[in-house]
This record gives sequence, structure tokens and C-alpha cells, in this order.
Amino acid sequence: MEIIVCVKRVPNLSETEIEVDRDGRSLVDSDLEYDVNEWDNFAIEAAVQLKEARGARVTAITIGDEDSEDVLRRALAMGADEALHLMDTAFDGSDAWGIATALHRAIADRSFDLVLTGAISSDEARGHVGGMLAAMLDIPMVALVTSLSVDGTTATVRHEVEGGLERVTRIDLPALITVQTGLNEPRYVSIRGIRKVSGMEIPVRTAADLRLDASTVGAEAARVKVEEIFLPTRGEGAEMLDGDEESVVEALVERLQRAGGF
Amino acid sequence: MNPADHSYLGLPGPALQAVLLAMSLGLFSFIMWKRIGLLRLGAPDPRLDRIGTRLRKLLVVGFGQSRQPRYLVAGTLHITIFAGFLILSVRSVTLIGEGFRAGFSDIGAGYATFKDVTALIVLVCCLVAILRRLAFRPARYHDRYARDSHGHEAYIILGLIALLMVADAVFEGSAMVAGAGEAQGDAHPFLPLASGAASLLDGLSSGTLETLHLAGFWVHNGVLLFFLCYLPLSKHFHVITALPNVFLANLTPAGKVKPPRFDQPDLDKLDVLGVKTLEDFTWKHILDFYSCTDCGRCSDHCPAYFTGTPLSPRMISIKCRDEAYASYPVFGSVRPVDQRQALVGKTISDEELWACTTCGACEEACPVLIEYVDKIVDMRRFLVDEGRVPASLQKPMADLEKRGNPYGKPARRRGDWIGEQSKSGEEVTGDGCGVRALAPGDEAEYLFFTDSCAAYDPRIQETARAFGRVLRGAGANVGTMANDEVDSGHEVRRLGEEGLYEQLRDTNITAMRQRSFDCVVTTDPHAFNELTQSYELGQPVQHHSQVMAQLIREGRLRLRTAADDRVYTFHDPCYLGRHNDEYDAPREVLEGLGLKVVEMERSKNRSFCCGGGSLYLFYEGESERRMGEVRVEMAEKVGAEVVVTACPFCLINLEDAIKTTGREGSMEVIDLAELAERSLIE
Amino acid sequence: MRKIFVVVERVKGEPDETAFELAAAARCLGDVTVSAVLMGDGVTEMAAELTRWFESVHVYDDPSLAEPDGEYQARILAPLIDGEKPFATLIPHTNTGMELAPMLAVRVNAPLIADAMSVDAAEGQEIRAVRTVFSGKVQARVAASADNGAVVSVRPGAFAASETPPEAGGAVHSQSIPDGVSPRRQYVETVSPDPSAVDISQAEVLVAVGRGIEDEENLELVHALATAMGAEVACTRPVVDKKWLEKTRQVGTSGVTVKPRVYLALGISGSFQHLGGIKGDPFIAAVNTDPAAPIFSVADVGIVGDILDLIPLLEEKIRQRRG
Repeated sequence: MEIIVCVKRVPNLSETEIEVDRDGRSLVDSDLEYDVNEWDNFAIEAAVQLKEARGARVTAITIGDEDSEDVLRRALAMGADEALHLMDTAFDGSDAWGIATALHRAIADRSFDLVLTGAISSDEARGHVGGMLAAMLDIPMVALVTSLSVDGTTATVRHEVEGGLERVTRIDLPALITVQTGLNEPRYVSIRGIRKVSGMEIPVRTAADLRLDASTVGAEAARVKVEEIFLPTRGEGAEMLDGDEESVVEALVERLQRAGGF
Repeated sequence: MNPADHSYLGLPGPALQAVLLAMSLGLFSFIMWKRIGLLRLGAPDPRLDRIGTRLRKLLVVGFGQSRQPRYLVAGTLHITIFAGFLILSVRSVTLIGEGFRAGFSDIGAGYATFKDVTALIVLVCCLVAILRRLAFRPARYHDRYARDSHGHEAYIILGLIALLMVADAVFEGSAMVAGAGEAQGDAHPFLPLASGAASLLDGLSSGTLETLHLAGFWVHNGVLLFFLCYLPLSKHFHVITALPNVFLANLTPAGKVKPPRFDQPDLDKLDVLGVKTLEDFTWKHILDFYSCTDCGRCSDHCPAYFTGTPLSPRMISIKCRDEAYASYPVFGSVRPVDQRQALVGKTISDEELWACTTCGACEEACPVLIEYVDKIVDMRRFLVDEGRVPASLQKPMADLEKRGNPYGKPARRRGDWIGEQSKSGEEVTGDGCGVRALAPGDEAEYLFFTDSCAAYDPRIQETARAFGRVLRGAGANVGTMANDEVDSGHEVRRLGEEGLYEQLRDTNITAMRQRSFDCVVTTDPHAFNELTQSYELGQPVQHHSQVMAQLIREGRLRLRTAADDRVYTFHDPCYLGRHNDEYDAPREVLEGLGLKVVEMERSKNRSFCCGGGSLYLFYEGESERRMGEVRVEMAEKVGAEVVVTACPFCLINLEDAIKTTGREGSMEVIDLAELAERSLIE
Repeated sequence: MRKIFVVVERVKGEPDETAFELAAAARCLGDVTVSAVLMGDGVTEMAAELTRWFESVHVYDDPSLAEPDGEYQARILAPLIDGEKPFATLIPHTNTGMELAPMLAVRVNAPLIADAMSVDAAEGQEIRAVRTVFSGKVQARVAASADNGAVVSVRPGAFAASETPPEAGGAVHSQSIPDGVSPRRQYVETVSPDPSAVDISQAEVLVAVGRGIEDEENLELVHALATAMGAEVACTRPVVDKKWLEKTRQVGTSGVTVKPRVYLALGISGSFQHLGGIKGDPFIAAVNTDPAAPIFSVADVGIVGDILDLIPLLEEKIRQRRG
């Protein structure tokens, strides 16, 4: 069985103070820590578990600069057999379509049974690359999978649907599955574990290697353009609400609704 | 009527004895050879250094049974039976000789009395021990997690020992009755047990007496020779291995963790990191398994066991021993690894291993000096290498790698707790604490290693600032590495992530080498432990209680007597007390404050862990209670209204426990430094 | 007049709220006629109802559409979109939407704007939208050309549905599933996740309770409030210790890490260990009797008061607003 996992290196913003760069389109990079996108980590673990259970070959792919190699090494340390690094300045500034296009080219010529991606990435938070890639490959897909098992050429999944419910669905391989967090418990990667795979070769592919017309990827080709990014305005410390119970609760409800609390 | 002079089914006595002795010794040697065979497969472990210290330990802990009296009744019984065993060993040898030559066992009236009195005492002790087990069923004899009870072995052994005493008494007593008519003139040695037997046998025919005499001898003989072979097959193997185990005990400081392998310092060259199978343990650890007496004292002191986690230290020893006996049987072939259940993971579950706080109470309690912390760390090393780390610990460990602290807070905020400083290092804001941030090249008298808790947790930052002010009050010059410091790596190492530990340690050592200082001080006993034991710094490392005690003695730090008549108690942190033997310095400081101090039931080396080790703040497995709550109850029991701590984890856990058990208002927790600051004479 | 298509999802036999929110969103795109696209089994009556809200309703009524299947829907809708060439197709950014939107966009070769919180089309053929990025901490203004039509997935709850239907009085167009298009997935069953295995880490809105709740019985109030808000219940460690709630609801460094949009902290003091479990900078509202509680220094809005009094009042007012 051949499994391909698409992974992405994203900034970890949990404790950082965020600053928007002067160009108004990116974040100030100096203090940022990066790691593999959390959803993608669950996808790698799912692939490796399938490999351990049924014997499969797992390939991890990423699009990114040199630093993105980290997430590929991580995937190898977790048990992936090989990795592929799509790296080219031509890819910079791609929107979801551009990313899916590059991935499509890298994958289409390979034989595969299953493509796994994280359901969404914490930076762009679109959740669409998986679906686009599946459409380009013309294979069926299912999103937000919380449990996965494979029997022969059929995958049986549980996936999240509205109303807090889950659906059980069967899908024939080859297929693409986007993975929700909590699907499994990803294994820890120790420092020694990373060192063990530091010597493995990771081939790099440029747009030309993929026979990709550079005008179909990158910032120029982006069909959804980012005009600017900005921080929403916020005050310091809690705004303390004063008054009698009735008015204080009224004010609170107003704030909650505005913030999307219900 | 002498056993040596009889023939048994045509075989003369000495010949029979020779055959029995040969069989017994032969079988014993075979069994021992098999047992030792496994030891030879274990990993190396250097244990033959410092012979003088080892002999001293053997004398005090081994022969002196110094750890036994902690449980007074059982301890006294054991010491008595053990002493009796040594005294009667001469008798045992001479009685064997009696099978070859009549009169061999007659070595004088002095020993005869000595032996007989001892035998009587031993017999009584055995009966008391048996009755005590039956009637009182002490809880620690039956482990909550034991699947097979080895309890019957205790009765067998006690019964056999009693039988030995009785058989010898019958042997002697029957002779006394038979020879009562002869040589009345001779002075009889005082033989209370034998006389007792004699009085019971009085009036029996000479034929019966002769049979009983022979029976007494051969029963004693048989039991002894059987005993020898039974020992290495049961939990009483410790009778043979205990003294060597004590001699070979770990002499490195309790707080120091063993390297993954003594014969390979490079982690990357190891196939298996840590312990996966039985053979990955060091030979000494395997000897530990042989030496476990199943007494349960370790688990009885274990806070994780007490609070209902899956861990029972004793079961680790027992399960590993059972595995050793099963995989390396005396009769039969070795069971290969792939036919065994996974030792780490199945036999010993992941949860058992993660539940340990490495407090060391188990090692402190064990009468034969079995080590636990190193074994648990070794098994954790394997789990980490396999990626089997609980999800709740993965995040703090990833944060430690990326940001140098388990909270995931930015590294550049690590020095924020100091307060505003001007360029020259002088404080700008009034509530600063006299601690400077040291850039590379700077110097100070004291380097304050805060570690992550004090740097980032707002409650503990108060403690660090308080200590800063105390040092300032003593006119000391203190600096910290601020953002160049990273976590000491103490917890990470004990969680089994040796690679990450090395990275953190090396970062700290590099940063330290760039600054000059006379001494390192820390308010965190975990950092204190690691810096002292493993960083190999040139400068001395001190805990803040030690520094304060020293400054008080030198007159540099003056504290006024606290005007507080509340009852105080000191909670000994595991890594200051048990692991580093420092119990006095904090008490010295408290004494100087003139406070009313009481000691909790479990204090000093018996201190009950607050539940702070092994990043327990982040990971909590299943448990019925929190260790902190148990400790707070102990404080209440002695009437304490203020608990003084000297460790950030203890402070956090005990303060939490006070809240969750509804003791706010009736009990307070305070760090030693904060207490001292309140009483500073400016 | 720009043609806008709105995909209608169904929940429990009714059109989902998002359909009407998206209708409101559609009206932000200039001079528009809004059509609904409805797929399901036995939905003709629902389609008729929808004509009160939409100028036309395209309905696909087929047993194969009984259960939502975004992947299948994309292949069904592609020819309709290709034929009708709407200015924009709005799809709710729901779980099904995350399948439908991207696959549809590729099949009709249209740009896809994801999870839009606001939209406008003031400048020519461009659709501009605002969306959140970087774990919700940052907002981005994006633009896409609608020359070839655009697909926009819209954040549920970002737009307010109008109170009353505009009585559009549109027509129902019955559509049939294109030839050769059939499901590629097999529906097996729908399951309720095990209540004890609740996963609050993905919840958007959390109502968290601490020791201030005082008694286990009072938790009823919290559950009722959470239901009224459509939120998950979370708690601090002491509540779990007392075994009043499951460990899976505990937020903190030794519990679950959460990244909600809104966090309502009731009777929670805000200890470092608890706050360490909250990521992503949500809107935090806190109620506590202690004005010095640390939670107030991280909250956006705070009330010093007794939660036992305020929770029922809060619930009542929220129910009123939700209607």
C-alpha cells in the first residue's frame, strides 16, 4: 500500500506577541517558532500506524523553503519511508489553488492508494487544499476524519458532521482523506530520533522538475490575493462591567454576541 | 544411637550423608549457576569502587540491619531471626558433620547454651511472625496490584525455620532423656529448648527415643539441605543475595541518574536507548530483582501508590523477577524475547512508569538497598525513544526544546521577573529585587539560577524576588543569566529524554562559562540537584536555604524574630532532602526566626512527596487523590498552621491543595525566602 | 443584476440557519438576485418554503442525496454552476462545506475565498472579504476576481440572518442529477459521539466553570447556559478532582489545550496552570466574586459577582436574543 502525506511547516503562535510586518502582508519573523501543522502531525501518525499494521510505504511531501525540511525529517523520524521537498521561489506566495497544483503535479505520476492531509492548517486556516487536490486528482475524498481503518481497497472512516454528530462512511481507494485532530495519539519525536534520520537523503523538486508552468503557481498566479493583514483592535485588561445585575448581564450578553459566543 | 553410626537400608550413615550433601550442593550450584547466567547478560555497571565505603555499608546496613527498625515489630522479628541465623550457622555446619562422625556437633558447653537459647528465641519469633501474619494481615504484605500472591512463601519459610529449631530440639532432647541415667555427675549446660523438648519426651521407651533422635537429626539435615536449594527458587533468594546486594549498592549520590549505558557515552551509537527487555537492565539491577524480599516497604512509602496510581514499586521488582525466573528457568531452556510478553508496555505498563515522581522514598525504605529511580528512568528512556510519551507531556517537552521552558513562553521573557533595570544594572522601579541581569562577560558573587518555574510562574516569581531582596539585605551581589538561561533539564532527564537533556545542559553550561561568579544559588531543589550532580561546574552550587543559613552564620544576614505564634512546620523537598541529604539548613533558618516549629510525621528523609516531580504539573495519570492534599492533611495532623516550603513545585502543589481541601484561612504555605524577607532587618 | 447562488444545508429536516445568513451575505455583494441550491431526499416541500427567502430555488431531490456528501454534491453542482454562471456561489464553511467548496471550485475553475466573515463587491468584478488567519489572532483582507464566477465559503454566524423573509416569491426549478454522476462514498450510519469522550479542544465557544460553582448540583445551571449558547462545558482542575465533571473537560496545562473563539470563565480565579491551557487569544469574559482574581487581567470583559445569581439571568437573556 502506498500512502502520501502532505505536511506543512507553520508558525506556533500560542504564546507569541504578534506583530505585522511593515509590508502589511506578513508577520514579523524574528520571534516566531515553527513546527509541523498540528493536523498534519495526526496525518503522519495515521500513515505510520497503517504502515505498522499492514505494511505500507509512506511518503511525506511538503512545499516550502529550506527550513521546511524540518517537518519532513520529523515525518521520517516518526516512521515515514521517504520524503519529497518541493522547493522553488516560484512557489512563494501561492494561494490554496497554487499549492494544490504543485502537490497535484508531484503526486499524479506516482502510484498511490491513499493521500492524507491535515483538515486545516493553523496559519492560513482555509481547510481547502485537500479538497482541491482531490478534485485535481479526480479521486473521492472525505474531510474531518476522526477514525480510519483500511480493509483491502476500502477505507472505513468516521468523520465529523454538523450537530456534534459523526458519520460512518466507506470510500474506495485511491482516495484522499483530510484528518481531524484527535484521530490518534501522535508519537513523540525525541532529539535522538531526529538525529537518527539526519543522514537520510530528501530529494528536492523545483517547478521545472515537476514540469510546472511557473505561471500557474506563486504570487502572480494566486487567484485569491491577500491585500493586507492586520491585528484586530483590543484593549488592555478586562473591561469591568458595572451596575445592577440586570444591566450588567445585558452588557455581557451584548459583548458575547458580538464576539460570536452564540 | 548416633546418626553416623547407623545404617539406612544398607547404606552407612556417612555414606548417606555424603550422597545427600553432594546432591544438595550439586543442585544448589546448578541453580546458582543458572541464576548467575542471567546476570552475565545484563548491561555493565561498575560497582567495585570504594571498597572501604562498601564494607562499611555492608556492616551497618547488611549485618547491622539498620533499616529494619523503621517498622518496629516486623523489624525486631527480622533482626532477631537474622541474628539467630548467623549464630546458628555454626550449629548447622556441625550438625552436617554429625552425619559423618558422631560427636562432631559437640563443640563445648558455651556454644551449646548460646545456640540453644538462640534457637528458642528464633522459634518463638517464627511463631509470633506466623501468628502476626495470620491475625493482623499487615496491609503492605498484600500489594493492591499483585496478581499471584507470593504470600504463601512466607509461611513456608517461617514454618521451615521453626521446623529446624524443633527438629534440633528433638534431636538434643531425646538424647538428654536417653542419657539421663548416665553420668549424673557431669554439669549439664543450660539448654532451655532442648530441655523443654526433653521434658515432653520424658518417659518414652529407649527404642522410641532412638527413633526420635535419628528422626530429629535427619529432619534437620533434610530441611537444611532442602532450604539451601529452595532459596534461589523463591522470594527468599534474598537470604543469599541480600548481603552482596548491599555491598554492591549504588554509592553515587541518590539524586544522580545513571547514564543510559556505562560502556557507551554516545547516545546515537546505541541500538536500544534505555531498557526494553530484561537483558537491557544492568547486572546489578537484575541482582536487585533477585534480592527483593517482597516486604512492601517501598510501596508503603510511595506517594504514587498511596494516591492510587497504577504504580507500585515493589511490583516492578516482583514482576521483573518473575519474568527472570520464567524466561531463564532453572530447568528448561531460555525463552527468547519474541516469545515473551513485552516487559515494558505489557508486563509493566506505560502508565505505571509515568506515574513516578522520582521522589526516592522507595529507595530510602528498602532494607536491601534496591534501586528504583534509575530503573524507571531507563524504562522511560525506551518509551521516549519509541515515541510513546503521553500527549500531555509532549507539549511541554516540545516547548522545552524550542523555548527552553515547559510553559511555551517566549525565551526573551525569561528575565522579566527581575523588574525594570537601567543600563548600569541599577533598578529603576521601586519594587525591584536587587538582582541584575548578567550579560556575557559580567560578574557577580552569586549566580542565581532560577530555572523555569521561578522565571515564568507569577506566584513563584514572587519567591525569586523575595530571595533577591534577602540577598540584597545581606549585601550580596547577585546576578542571573536572564534570557540566556534555559531549563536545567532535570525533569526532562528523568522523563527519559536524554537527548533533550544534553541539549539544555550544554546551552546552560556555555552561558555559564561566559560569566564569572563565585557560587551558584537556586531556589529550586530540582535545579540544585542537577547542577550539583551532573553539570560538573567548577563553582559550588547551593540551595537558597543553605545560602541563607550560611549568611546568617556569617552575620551578613540578620533576621528579626518573627512576631508570630502560629505553629509552623517544614516540608522537606525530595530533591533537597532525600536526594541531597540537606535537612538542617532550612531548619537553621527557621530556628533563627524564633518560630514555633513542629515536625510532621513523615519529615526529613521520610518526607512525603508533594507530587511535583516528573512534570506532574502537566501530566496527571489516574489517581484517587492528589499527593499535595495528603501532605496538607499530614500538616494539619500535627497542628501546623503554616507550612514552609523550599521548592516551587511544593509551593504550588500545597497551595493548590489548601484551596481544594477548603483550608484557606486556616493554613498558609510560604517559601523560606519569603519568610526570611518578611523578617529582614534592613 | 448579479446572480448569487447559496447552498442550503439541512439539519434535522429543516434548512440550516446558515442558509439565511448566507442570503444576508449575498446582499452585501451589490445588486443581486439570490438563488438557493437545495439537495436532499423528499425536499420538495422545503424547496417551496425556501421561495419565501430566495428569488429562485434549484432543487435536487433524490434518495442518493439523503445524507450530505460534499464530494458528490460538488460533481452534481458543477454543471449547474457552469451553465448558470453566477457571480458568486456562497457555501457555508461547515464540515460538509469543506468538502463541497474546494472540489466545486476546482471543477468550475473558480477562485475560492475561504471562511469569509465579511464580503463586499464594490469594485468592479472583484469580491473582497475579511477572514481570520494565524489561529484567529490576525485578520486578512483578501480579494478575488469574479470574472469566471467565484466561490466563497462563509463563516457560520458571521452574518445575521434577517428576522423576516423578504417574501421573494421565487420559482422552484427541479434539477436532475447529471448523467454519469453517482456517489463515490457509501454512507453507513450516523453516530453520536460518546458523551464521556467529549473533545473540547475543537470547540469554538466554551463555558468554563471553576470552584465558584460551589456544589455539584449547581452545574445544572452551567449545562443549561451552555446549551442555550450552543457551547461546550469546560472546567478547571478542582472540579474534575471532585469528580463533578470528566477529565476530558478540564482546561489547563495538565488537562486539555483549547483554542476557542469565546471563553466564558465562571467562578474561575485564573491560575497560571489553568490559563496555560487556553491558546489562540479568544474573547474571554469572566465572572468572579473576587475583584483581584488573576482572570481579570487576561479577560476582555469582567463582572464581579456571584455566578449562581448571574448564570440563570445570562441564560434567559441569551435565549431571548436567539429567539
